[in-house]
Amino acid sequence: MSETISATNAKLEIARSPHVHSHWSTKQAMWLVIIALIPSVISSLLFFGISQLLIILVSVSFAVATETIIKTIRKQPISISDGSVIITGILLALILPPNFSLVSTAIGAVVAVGIGKEVFGGLGFNIFNPALVGRAFLQAAFPVNITTWTKPSFTDAVSSATPLSLMKFDNKFESLNSLFIGNTGGSLGETSAIAILIGAIFLLATGVINYRVPLAMILSAVIFGGIFWLINPLHFPNPLFHLLAGGFLFGAIFMATDWVTSPLYSRGMWIYGIAISLVVILIRLFGGLPEGVMYSILLLNGFVPLINKYTKPHIFGEEK
Amino acid sequence: MKNISLIKEYSKGVWKNNPVFIQVLGMCPTLAVTVSAINGIAMALATTFVLLFSSIIISSIRKIIPAQVRIAAYILIIATFVTIVDLVMKAQFPELSKALGPYIPLIVVNCLILGRQEAFSSKNGVLRSALDALGMGTGFLIALFSLGGIREILGNRTILGLQIMPDFFEPWLIMILPAGAFLTLGLLMAYLNSLAIKTKKKEKALLVSKFIIAKNKFKIEAEI
Repeated sequence: MSETISATNAKLEIARSPHVHSHWSTKQAMWLVIIALIPSVISSLLFFGISQLLIILVSVSFAVATETIIKTIRKQPISISDGSVIITGILLALILPPNFSLVSTAIGAVVAVGIGKEVFGGLGFNIFNPALVGRAFLQAAFPVNITTWTKPSFTDAVSSATPLSLMKFDNKFESLNSLFIGNTGGSLGETSAIAILIGAIFLLATGVINYRVPLAMILSAVIFGGIFWLINPLHFPNPLFHLLAGGFLFGAIFMATDWVTSPLYSRGMWIYGIAISLVVILIRLFGGLPEGVMYSILLLNGFVPLINKYTKPHIFGEEK
Repeated sequence: MKNISLIKEYSKGVWKNNPVFIQVLGMCPTLAVTVSAINGIAMALATTFVLLFSSIIISSIRKIIPAQVRIAAYILIIATFVTIVDLVMKAQFPELSKALGPYIPLIVVNCLILGRQEAFSSKNGVLRSALDALGMGTGFLIALFSLGGIREILGNRTILGLQIMPDFFEPWLIMILPAGAFLTLGLLMAYLNSLAIKTKKKEKALLVSKFIIAKNKFKIEAEI
């Protein structure tokens, strides 16, 4: 946004409101996010084997290709270098199960960029997080493949259940230690909490993401999860399990904080984060699916315009 | 109104005023039953039958229907033909009838049919009304067949029951779910709209160039 209203431009361009000023330009921020994703990429390769690199490469290259083709057809400037489409590709790959079919990954990447982003007009206009749109499409298109999880192993693939489905269907709880390090079943990038936290610290320190949404999500997950845990500790997992299992942390840091699809104002960010956590906990404990981070973020993405409308701060002196 | 040729009366429903893609009418059967091409064809033929005969009846008695109760009268006539279709399909094609389920009786409230009666048949003669109904039916058939065809190919590997996609192609389950209908319809509409915009631009450019030529001619003549 700061680019479009810079004074160095010969032509004076007026950007649409809101004129939020940030320390980083869009391009710089996007590359910082890519750097923050590196620990998660490394952890996915460590736990699920080097062959997972193929999924990431296929996802990124199809995302970039889709963007290039659509921008060429619509005769718009090609904007690969701003990095947003590369992020979409990496994010999509990291929320897919290990050893996922490469053809389906490519379909998911095309849908994520084509339907999730370009249909709305490109970066800045999309209502829903593109990577999650791609994941949701794949979930609906290939429901069997996308829930086939392989155990982290260096030799051969053994199919296993994720900690969340163990919790849901067998009432067994995985140890928090392996959830923290990432040595457990799950999507590529979401199993290792420690890798995500390294990326999170980097993003918070550089000021690319705001602390409010992740903090609101984590605090409210602890509170909502804690209430159910106190009611029945044998049947419901403890709140820490909710934080570390599944895609919660990954979603809180990399998905829910997306600049385009999250609320603009502080109050709205708190509401957004709390609502996401509430939906996640409800889906996990009472819904039909073991995991609900994807659907809850997509659902709340749809509410963002409404949240923005009602949390807009009043200008000093403005009459109510 | 009357200076439109009879052929245009038929063809406008096929493309320019396509009931699904342009007028966005009859969305309920369009989205719900198009899980396969054959379902789409059956639905469109049933709708066309009802549309054609109710248009003929309504346009021929249009002058004796009191304006205050016209909607009720239209619905009554439409419902008669829907009942005929429903019973015939149950007797002759029981499987298809089962597949289409409640959507055959629901043709009664299809806004496409009521809309044509209100907008066209109640103001035009029998021949024109019949042609209009046939055109709209053809447009509906094209839309439902293309939607059903795309969804069947991607969601089930087949078209009209014949397998055309290779075995290694994994069917996209989403395409035979309701979400697939919305996605396919949205993308088809976007594509057709972009085509329409392009042809409009071309027509405009043609008009402008004609105008410039005429203007220059006029200038030259004036100078002489």
